[in-house]
Amino acid sequence: MYNGKYIIPGIVIFVGLFTFPFWSNLLTPKYERPQLALPAGQKECIEPAEYMRAEHMHILDVWRDQALREGKRAYVASNGKVWDISLQNTCMKCHTNKADFCDKCHNSNSVNPYCWDCHVAPRGNQ
Amino acid sequence: MSTTRRQFLKIAGLAAFGLGTSTALDAATADAKDMEGAKYDVGGKHLAAKRWAMVIDTRKLESREDFERIIHACHSIHNVPSIPTKQEIKWIWTDKYDHVFTDDMSQHLSPAVREKDYLLLCNHCENPPCVRVCPTKATFKRADGIVVMDYHRCIGCRFCMAGCPYGARSFNFGDPRPYLKDVNPAFPTRMRGVVEKCTFCSERLEVGLLPACVEASNGAILFGDLDDPNSPVRKALAENFSIRRKPSIGTQPGVYYIV
Amino acid sequence: MIEKVLKGSPAFYIWLLFLGGIASLGVFAYIFQLKYGLTITGMSRDVSWGLYISQFTYFVGVAASAVMLVLPAYFHHYKKFKKMIILGEFMAISAVLMCMLFIVTDMGQPQRMLNVILHPTPNSIMFYDMMVLMGYLFINALVGWVTLEAERHDVEPPKWIKFFIYLSVVWAFSIHTVTAFLYAGLPGRHYWLTAIMAARFLSSAFASGPAILLLLVIALRRLTGFDPGREAIQTLTKIITYAMAINVFFFLLEVFTAFYSGMPGHQHPLTFLFVGHDGHASWVVGWMWTAAVLAILSLCLLIPPQFRDNERVLPWALGILVIASWIDKGLGLLIGGFTPNPFETVTIYTPTFPEILVTVGVYAIGLMVLSVLWKIALDVKKEAGTF
Repeated sequence: MYNGKYIIPGIVIFVGLFTFPFWSNLLTPKYERPQLALPAGQKECIEPAEYMRAEHMHILDVWRDQALREGKRAYVASNGKVWDISLQNTCMKCHTNKADFCDKCHNSNSVNPYCWDCHVAPRGNQ
Repeated sequence: MSTTRRQFLKIAGLAAFGLGTSTALDAATADAKDMEGAKYDVGGKHLAAKRWAMVIDTRKLESREDFERIIHACHSIHNVPSIPTKQEIKWIWTDKYDHVFTDDMSQHLSPAVREKDYLLLCNHCENPPCVRVCPTKATFKRADGIVVMDYHRCIGCRFCMAGCPYGARSFNFGDPRPYLKDVNPAFPTRMRGVVEKCTFCSERLEVGLLPACVEASNGAILFGDLDDPNSPVRKALAENFSIRRKPSIGTQPGVYYIV
Repeated sequence: MIEKVLKGSPAFYIWLLFLGGIASLGVFAYIFQLKYGLTITGMSRDVSWGLYISQFTYFVGVAASAVMLVLPAYFHHYKKFKKMIILGEFMAISAVLMCMLFIVTDMGQPQRMLNVILHPTPNSIMFYDMMVLMGYLFINALVGWVTLEAERHDVEPPKWIKFFIYLSVVWAFSIHTVTAFLYAGLPGRHYWLTAIMAARFLSSAFASGPAILLLLVIALRRLTGFDPGREAIQTLTKIITYAMAINVFFFLLEVFTAFYSGMPGHQHPLTFLFVGHDGHASWVVGWMWTAAVLAILSLCLLIPPQFRDNERVLPWALGILVIASWIDKGLGLLIGGFTPNPFETVTIYTPTFPEILVTVGVYAIGLMVLSVLWKIALDVKKEAGTF
C-alpha cells in the first residue's frame, strides 16, 4: 500500500470521529427519565398521560392552528370532556410549575421550544 | 442492449428515490397522531357575525380621560408594551382630524371637529392590502371579516406594514417584554421580530365578550354585524352621518366614524 | 474549474482576506442584530423598511442587467460581447446572492424563512420574488458554468443550453418587474403607486448595472490586462447612455404627473425628498439634489461621442452615473415611499452605524463571490487562449 502511514491513521481517526455518538454514549451515565412535578389534586390530563407525553407537541401545534386560524377554541377530548384551547389558561392552570414540569424534561432532552417567548408562564414561576 | 440496461437503471433509481422519499414523508407525518375520537369545535359562548364592524361616535368622546381609558383597556389586556421611541407599538391610539382623515374634505371645517382627537385602530378592511401582500398567510381575513395575525408564522418581513394604508401595524423591533409593566397572565405577549395589530378582540368574541375598547367606551363605540340591518352598528349608521378613512382606495374599512 | 481558486497570486489572496475582514465586521454587527433585533437599525414604525430592502432592490437591478450583454450577443449575434458575457453572468450570480442576504438580514424572524415555501401564498408578490430570484440564480449559474466549460475545452456549448440562455433573457426582465410590483401595488404609498414603476426599475437597472460592470472591467484591465475589446466597451456605453436617458426621462414623467395634476398625495414625497415637507427637511434633501445634478452631469458626459469614447473620461462618467442611480433607487425610492407616512406626517429615517456595517458586510461578501468567480473565468480564458 502506498502512503500507508498516512492512510491508516487517517482511517482510524475518521472511524473514531464517526462513531463518536456511540462510544460517548457508553461513557456517559445512562439517561434517566426526569422526575416531573405533576399537578397536585388533579388525576387526569385532557388525554391519557402516555399520549400526552408522546404527542403534546403535536396537540399544541394543532391547537394553535385550530384556535387562531379556524376559530375553534373548544377541544372535545376522546373521553367527551370539553376543554378551552389555551396553553396559558388551560394547560398552565394545572401545570403551574413550568420549571419542574416543562423545563426539566426539555432540558434533559436538549430541546428549546420558544413557546415562552410570547406565552406567559404562570406567576411565581419566573 | 447496454442503452436499455442504462435506461432501466435510471428508471429503477428514480423509482427507488421516489419510493424512499414518499415513505420518509409518510413516516414523518405518521408519527404525530391525533387522539382517536377527539374533535375541535367553536365554543358554546362565542359571538358570531357575517361581517364584524365598529362604529365610533366621536361626539361622545371628549376628554383625554375617555381616550386614555379606552386605550388602557386595550393595551393592558393585550400586553401591548409602551415603548417611548419611534419603534413604538400601538393597537389603538388617537390623532388629529387632518392625520386621521387625510383627504381634506372641507377646508373650513368647524374648529371643534378639526381640533378634536380621533381614535385610530386597524380597520379590518373588506379588501385588506396587508393580507394580499403577506407571503406566509401569517395575516389573514377570517370568514367573519376580522383581519388577524398568526404570530407563530410571521417571518417579520414587514411587507404588511408597507401595504397598510392606515398605519395600523407595529413591528417588534426588539423584545417587547422589558417595556411591559404589568403582564396580563391570560394573554400572550409577543416576541421580537413579529408584526402585531388590533385583532377586534377575536379572542374575547370567542368567549362571548365584546371588544375591550367597546366595553370601556361607555357606549361611544358600537360593535356588531354589518350584514344584519338590526345590529347596533347598522342602526347607528342609518341614523347618523358617518365617514370612513381613505374611502377612495377601495379597501372598504370596517371602522366607521360618526362626526 | 473550481481548482482555479486555489492557484492565485498573493495579491488575490490579500484582496480576499481584506474583503473577508470587512465581511466579518458585517457578520459581527449582524450577530448583534440577531441578539437584540432590528431595534439596532434606524427603522421605525413609520419607516418600516430601510437600507436593507433598498439595497436588495438596487442589486436586483444589477443582477438583471446581465441581460444587456446576453440579449445583443444571442438575439442579435453581436459577437463582440461574447468575450465579456461570462463576467456579466457571474456578476449577476453575486448580485442575486447579495439580494438574498439583504432579504435575510431584513427579516425579523429569519429562522422562519422556510414559511414562505411551507405556506405558499400566490397572492403575495414576495412569493414570486423569491421564486424568480432563485430561478435567476440557478439559470445564471448553469449557463455561466456550461459555457465556460465549453470554452475551456474549445468546443461549442451544448445545444440545450440555448434554451436556458433565451430563458435567462426573459427571466432577467421578470426579476426586476416583480421587484417593482412589490412596491407598485400598494394603495397607500403615493410615491410607489405608479404604473411606470417597473419600467423605471428596468431603465435604471440597465443603466447602473452595466455601468458597474464596465467600471469593474476597466479596473480588471488595469490589474490583469484582460481586454474586452474597445468596440464592446463602446457599444455597452451606448446602451448605458440610452438607458440612463430613459431613466431620467421616466423620473421627469413622475414629476410632471405629480405637479401638473396638483394632487397633494403625489406631490408630497417628491417635495419631501427635494425640499422637505411640512417643515421637516431631512438629510436626504442634499443627497437627492446631488443625485439630480450627477444624473444630468453623467448624461452630459455620455451623450457627446467625443467624451463617451474617451477612455479617460468614461470611468468618471460611469462612476457619476452609478452614484446618481444609487441615491435615486437605493435611498430616495424607499424613503420617499414611507415619507410622508399614512397620516401625512413626517418621520425621518437615518440608517444607524450597525445597519451600515451589515450592509457593507453584504457588499463585501458579494465582492468576494464576484472575485472568486471572475478569477475562475479569467484563468479559464487564459488557458483556452481567449483572454
